[in-house]
Amino acid sequence: MVHGKVTLHEDAIVVPANSVWRRVPLLAGAVGVLALAISGALGWQQRDQLMHSYLVAFLFGLSLALGGLFFVLIQYATRAGWSVVIRRIAENAMATLPLFALLFVPIALFGMDTLYHHWSHPGDDPILLSKQAFLNPTGFYLRAALYFVVWIAASTWFYRRSTRQDEERTAALTGTMQSVSAPVLILFGLTTTFAAIDWVMSLDPHWFSTMFGVYFFAGCVVSILCLLILVSLSLRRGGRLDGVVTVDHLYDLGKLLFGFVVFWAYIAFSQFMLIWYGNIPEETLFFVHRWHHGWEILSILLAAGHFGLPFLFLLPMDFKRNSVTLSLAACWLLVMHYLDLYWLVMPSLHHEHIHGDVLDVTCLIGVMGLFVAVFAHRMVGHKLVPVGDPRLAESVAFENV
Amino acid sequence: MAEPTHRPSSSSRDGGGTIAEGAASGGGAGAGREASTVFAVLAEFESPKALMHACAKVRDAGYRAWDAHTPFPIHGLDRAMGLQKSWVSAFVLILGLGGAGLGMLMQWFVAARAYPLVISGKPMFSWPAFVPITFECGVLGGALGAIGGFLFLSRLPRHHHGLFASAHFERVTDDAFFISIEAGDAEFDAAAAAAFLDQIGAQRVETIYECGKVA
Repeated sequence: MVHGKVTLHEDAIVVPANSVWRRVPLLAGAVGVLALAISGALGWQQRDQLMHSYLVAFLFGLSLALGGLFFVLIQYATRAGWSVVIRRIAENAMATLPLFALLFVPIALFGMDTLYHHWSHPGDDPILLSKQAFLNPTGFYLRAALYFVVWIAASTWFYRRSTRQDEERTAALTGTMQSVSAPVLILFGLTTTFAAIDWVMSLDPHWFSTMFGVYFFAGCVVSILCLLILVSLSLRRGGRLDGVVTVDHLYDLGKLLFGFVVFWAYIAFSQFMLIWYGNIPEETLFFVHRWHHGWEILSILLAAGHFGLPFLFLLPMDFKRNSVTLSLAACWLLVMHYLDLYWLVMPSLHHEHIHGDVLDVTCLIGVMGLFVAVFAHRMVGHKLVPVGDPRLAESVAFENV
Repeated sequence: MAEPTHRPSSSSRDGGGTIAEGAASGGGAGAGREASTVFAVLAEFESPKALMHACAKVRDAGYRAWDAHTPFPIHGLDRAMGLQKSWVSAFVLILGLGGAGLGMLMQWFVAARAYPLVISGKPMFSWPAFVPITFECGVLGGALGAIGGFLFLSRLPRHHHGLFASAHFERVTDDAFFISIEAGDAEFDAAAAAAFLDQIGAQRVETIYECGKVA
């Protein structure tokens, strides 16, 4: 551990007054609201399509925010030194979690009649009736409220302390956050798992997979690593973080991205293989839907594009240390992550034929516009780097070759 | 087996800089051996920083057969020494892919050729069921490639190394930092190398002789 203090140049850690980032919150916010309004107007008559498209977009944004929360928690839990200079970007991502409580309102209002119609109106289906203890609207609302309470409380608690440390420079705050991070990680694991079950797995209420929560989590981590890479590189292009976030930090993010691409594939394949091997009708139907009527194209694309290609591409050391190749991989994997969520959600609506809709695009622009607005608002409001962190000097001096 | 022989440096720099250690030298080993072959010149440095600094200078001076020895890994030393990227990863890739390929081949042979059994109505060659073992064989191959490649490239294991002749060198696993320049080619001049190491900040320079060999 490198001891002592470093003083970072103000230019490197503050977004200047004339920066594009300063205009982003208003601009992206306006685009987001407009796109959501258009989605609502276009989709009012086809509520099923609208809600499914909206759910995919919502999950995409949420996975970035949850990924941010996980990244911050794991840095404190492991007392990581290397990541201090990029942690604030993840903190800004997790600080968008209150936005997703707001964006959940349409799902709470219209979800029961569209997305979750099957189990909220079980009829005389014996399987659904036996699952009523868990899959009932009251439980759905209560659990959703609980998830958001945990997520917002955790992210706000950590965000406040981390930003307060910028001014106070007290190492004691880091100690407090370290001891709290591990129990919060357990809460994070439970809430994320059950949220994935409630909001995504229950779209096909006969189907179940014990690995589903981990599968969603793997996507969350892949997406936040992509965001960290892209945001820190774009800040560097704008002259920020100069000499603060170095090629060594990016190299580590690249290695983590490689690792979680493999982890995602490991979980995805394990889920598939156990169901394929067991060959029980109510389990296999999930993959039957995704292997016919055009959906097999998306399945193959995910196997190749979410695993095969990035695996080979991120394998050489040089590709993880080069900003062009690394950002290319990050952009590509964000697209793949969206398609992954699309693959999870959409076949339950369009299992008779693969179908893309203009609402997919407008909802994505809407949710991501608002996400970017809140994210950028947080970013310009605070220093780009947690300057009061006691491990800052260690992080700035970090080398990993 | 002949005991290691150590002799004072015959370079012009006697006294101060070049110290011969007699601690381990065999009694009377010097008798009849007037001039021994120089194996290497070994220099001790005060700190990792001083070592790193010196490594950059040795690198720039164009020495080929030389190495740095430290009790723990020092970040940036590769760069200071001008080392190329390690080839270990190539061993890992080739043996990893080879292991995975052999793993799949083995299962195909067992399940589809040597002893075909219909299991839960699936085809003889049901590749998804073979993926876990293929993966594990790939990991095994990769791990063996990493260890084997490392040992091969480092020329390990070996019974002895010429530098062990120095008693000071024992501290390399404790608290001392060394650079050794080996007598790799005909152009090597022990006296010049010793003078050079002394000049770039070595605390102590000693000349190591090849054990048992007489020039």
